[in-house]
Amino acid sequence: MSTDETGHGGAQTPESAGNPGTPGQEFLQLITPAGERISHPEFDFWVRDITDEQLCSLFEDMTVIRRIDVEATALQRQGELALWPPLLGQEAAQIGSGRSLRADDFVFSSYRENGVAYCRGVDLTDLLRVWRGNASGGWDPYSINMATPQIIIGAQTLHATGYAMGIQNDGADAAAITYFGDGATSEGDVSEAMVFAASFQVPVVFFCTNNHWAISEPVRLQSHIQLADRAAGFGIPSLRVDGNDVLAVMAATRLALDRARRGGGPTFIEAVSYRMGPHTTADDPTRYRDANELEDWAAKDPISRLAGLLDRKGLLSPELQQQVKDKANAVAAEVRRGCTTMPNPQPMDIFKHVYSTPNSWLERQQDHYARYLASFGDPAGAVSEEGAR
Amino acid sequence: MTQLTFARAINAGLRKSLENDSKVVLLGEDIGTLGGVFRVTDGLQKDFGTHRVVDTPLAESAIVGTAVGLAYRGYRPVVEIQFDGFIYPAFDQIVSQVAKLHYRTLGAVKMPITIRVPFGGGIGSPEHHSESPEAYFTHTSGLRVVTVANPQDAYTVIQQAISCDDPVLYFEPKRRYHDKGEVDESVDPAKALPMDKARVLTDGSDVTLVAYGPLVKTALDAASAAADEGISIEVIDLRSLAPVDYEPVVASVRKTGRLVVTHEAGQSGGLGAEVAASITERCFYHLEAAPVRVTGFDIPYPYSKLEMHHLPGLDRILDGVDRALGRPNSLSGLEG
Repeated sequence: MSTDETGHGGAQTPESAGNPGTPGQEFLQLITPAGERISHPEFDFWVRDITDEQLCSLFEDMTVIRRIDVEATALQRQGELALWPPLLGQEAAQIGSGRSLRADDFVFSSYRENGVAYCRGVDLTDLLRVWRGNASGGWDPYSINMATPQIIIGAQTLHATGYAMGIQNDGADAAAITYFGDGATSEGDVSEAMVFAASFQVPVVFFCTNNHWAISEPVRLQSHIQLADRAAGFGIPSLRVDGNDVLAVMAATRLALDRARRGGGPTFIEAVSYRMGPHTTADDPTRYRDANELEDWAAKDPISRLAGLLDRKGLLSPELQQQVKDKANAVAAEVRRGCTTMPNPQPMDIFKHVYSTPNSWLERQQDHYARYLASFGDPAGAVSEEGAR
Repeated sequence: MTQLTFARAINAGLRKSLENDSKVVLLGEDIGTLGGVFRVTDGLQKDFGTHRVVDTPLAESAIVGTAVGLAYRGYRPVVEIQFDGFIYPAFDQIVSQVAKLHYRTLGAVKMPITIRVPFGGGIGSPEHHSESPEAYFTHTSGLRVVTVANPQDAYTVIQQAISCDDPVLYFEPKRRYHDKGEVDESVDPAKALPMDKARVLTDGSDVTLVAYGPLVKTALDAASAAADEGISIEVIDLRSLAPVDYEPVVASVRKTGRLVVTHEAGQSGGLGAEVAASITERCFYHLEAAPVRVTGFDIPYPYSKLEMHHLPGLDRILDGVDRALGRPNSLSGLEG
């Protein structure tokens, strides 16, 4: 593998040359893939307070969310979850940004930001509710100041912008942040969100994780310029960072949040990363993705990169490694226990929360269905796809 | 009591809501300085400021989508969609977000968003300016859909919609904007007839005629004309399109045995089909004839020189009444 002067190696094939997000193009980096800390005149400022202890803690968080991912994928394979969207490879992007947020900031994410939810202190069982089919949300957004997963691509960028309009109206100094992928940048809502954010100069951060693939569609199908460069067209400043470098992500996110809080308006961050796994557990990336590409990105793995830095600093002791491993295993065990002991929802729950106030149509249907269920001795056994008669 | 047009009545209702609740914010295209293309928001930005009455960029999905974020933050946004045919770019945000977020979050997040939509035809406008898209939204659970047929309701129901914790689509009959009526501004919306209730407007014994929005006036005119022929029509203003308040309709049809439903929207899959089916289910043994629909045709809204052929007028409604009564009518002798 070749490594260029900015420290990112990559396959410079004629096909990939000039692709947005192609490795080798300029972006902010503070840790090289080999784990070497490189200084930056502007961005070192934003991570100047990160102690050795905090570096170890970032390493722990990234390891833990990878372990959650592995466990949830296993649970899906074992039939305990219907689906799971893995974040493998995006740990630095999620922990670096998630750890930059304050409690009073509000997150509007897609469905892959389980690492961000972890940073927000989500109840681990809540992470699984949607994917087990027990709920369409998972948690009370106000309990962790994070909206529940959004499946319609890009829709949440408008919610974050509107929320930020509210922050501005309230005169608060919090910020909203929205997470979306490279594919979402093609959706009209993302463009409209940037129009509104720029027009009203509201405190919102657009965090685009360019993981290079929108299911089977490569980023070059979404854009012929770098995604970060799109923001300029809306009058929004942007930052392009190495999304596998936790310190670079943290520096960029902190800068953007600080700008938002000080009335400086929106910022667009493109975190250049890679989705190492499938889009979801229902996907088969071997049908569309070159194995060499995966290999190149494996060499830039965000966790081994931080481990490399810790090693260089003499912090990667066997004790630390064991402690992190123990923590990850304990969390994974909790995820498994939470999943398998999650109570099933009750049939009449489907009618709850459609409206805040009674709706006569729904009350009638609910009443009729309750009568129907009651006509069986055992309501739970009343309904099967085949029919009970 | 004062005489107000529909447009002024809605304006007065919006003003009251802005005064009573600092969390009410208005968003839309041209609603500020201009006061809206129909002047419904006239003077509100001047009196409440640019943060309460927000002129937005031209992006309907964003107008509704940012209202979602504002609602997350505890605001009660009232958005204006400039014309019925412009609501489609916002369709996803309305049906997938506004309608579903309360359900998705198990009730944790409320979406008290009011979406004001001037709708319907009869004003000689070009394409996209005269549509009746209500059925798309009545089919979406989580939304409430209401419309108004007189200035008093326009004034009261807009306030009820804004104070409702559920999202409400508030359809304004644009061809009636300049019609005047008595409005008692001292009415307390909390004590007035709730917006999800239908209202019986005339007492009749031969036919129940269900209408809403712009066609309520036409229905009343039809009832008056029918009375001259000795036919007694009970006109019901549906007011709420989702949910429909069936009780008064059921009671009326049990009395008259005949149902005619009229709306401007196309017939197939329209609200008239829903009302006819529901009333048939509930009143089958009371019906003397099949329910009759008098609606717009299943065509794109036509060019304005011909729009009056598309819109149900007094005579088409009376022809429908004749069908329901088995009197000679335009379809007499036609099987099926």
